[in-house]
Amino acid sequence: MRWLAEVHVRLRPGIADPEGQTIAGGLRALGFDAVVEVRAGKLLRLVIEAADRDAADAAVSEMSRRLLANPVMETADWELRPESVPVDGAAG
Amino acid sequence: MSAPRIAVAVFPGTWSERDFGHAAGLLGWDARLVWHTEDDLGSPDAVVLPGGFAHGDHLRTGAIARFSPVMRAVEAFAAAGGPVIGSCNGFQILCEAGILPGVLLRNDHLEFRCDWQWLRVEEPRGPWLDGLASGDRVRLPISHGEGRYYADADTLDALESNGQVALRYADASGVVSDAANPNGSLRGIAGITNDRGNVLGLMPHPERAVEQEVGGTDGLRLFHSLDRWLTAQPAAAERG
Repeated sequence: MRWLAEVHVRLRPGIADPEGQTIAGGLRALGFDAVVEVRAGKLLRLVIEAADRDAADAAVSEMSRRLLANPVMETADWELRPESVPVDGAAG
Repeated sequence: MSAPRIAVAVFPGTWSERDFGHAAGLLGWDARLVWHTEDDLGSPDAVVLPGGFAHGDHLRTGAIARFSPVMRAVEAFAAAGGPVIGSCNGFQILCEAGILPGVLLRNDHLEFRCDWQWLRVEEPRGPWLDGLASGDRVRLPISHGEGRYYADADTLDALESNGQVALRYADASGVVSDAANPNGSLRGIAGITNDRGNVLGLMPHPERAVEQEVGGTDGLRLFHSLDRWLTAQPAAAERG
């Protein structure tokens, strides 16, 4: 069956994130004074074929380790759910 | 020995391969461009990973390029002690491949920085820096948006104690400072070598500083270093 994996790739804590800082500055310039911190990351949506949840989880784990995140600077975590609609939301 | 032969790896989006070829031509060297799908470098004396935006820099700089067939050959060449230089995107690929430690992150000011940059030679190890001395100043172009060298503190300490910090960003007097650092690299690092010294990764572009007409010739010092180093070595064929 098909699974949708949403993989969040994040900069490791403590690594300066100028993109996040710039976004935070933009929000404050709009008057959102409550913004304490912004950290930017990536969201990767993968549709994969796997027999069951464990197999899907193992596959995403291996993909994250080998390519999707660089452990020197990033972490990856993900959510899995059975895929029922096309990933881009388009019909057909 | 005969004229040095360099192999220049080319990925979709590479942009400095012809500048390396031009520099090699000025020196009377033979340069062969090797497409990323090839896995045979053709017994070169040295290998170049040039600058650019391999595979569009998608996902991360160098992340896709490192799995190219040509990189298997580059890894084997490096492991055998062959001289390898990775400039700019080439440095990023070497880090992604784990041939060099650390990673290059987005410049701290988020700008793409294209400028001439002074550097201080720290540890002139290996074939590319053999003809330079610690404390020398060189002026080379930089041209990158993601050049902020990062590694954890233990790795940085190990690089320093092993003499692997090759180049640091400096001002015209050779003084390393935050003000002279164009991208926020930790400890002002502009270039490093591997443990053995045969692989050099650096963000600046030596191949763009080989003619006075375009601003300077300090880049030639790296090519002359390699020439001198190769002359003192057995030929590639004898190295096996």
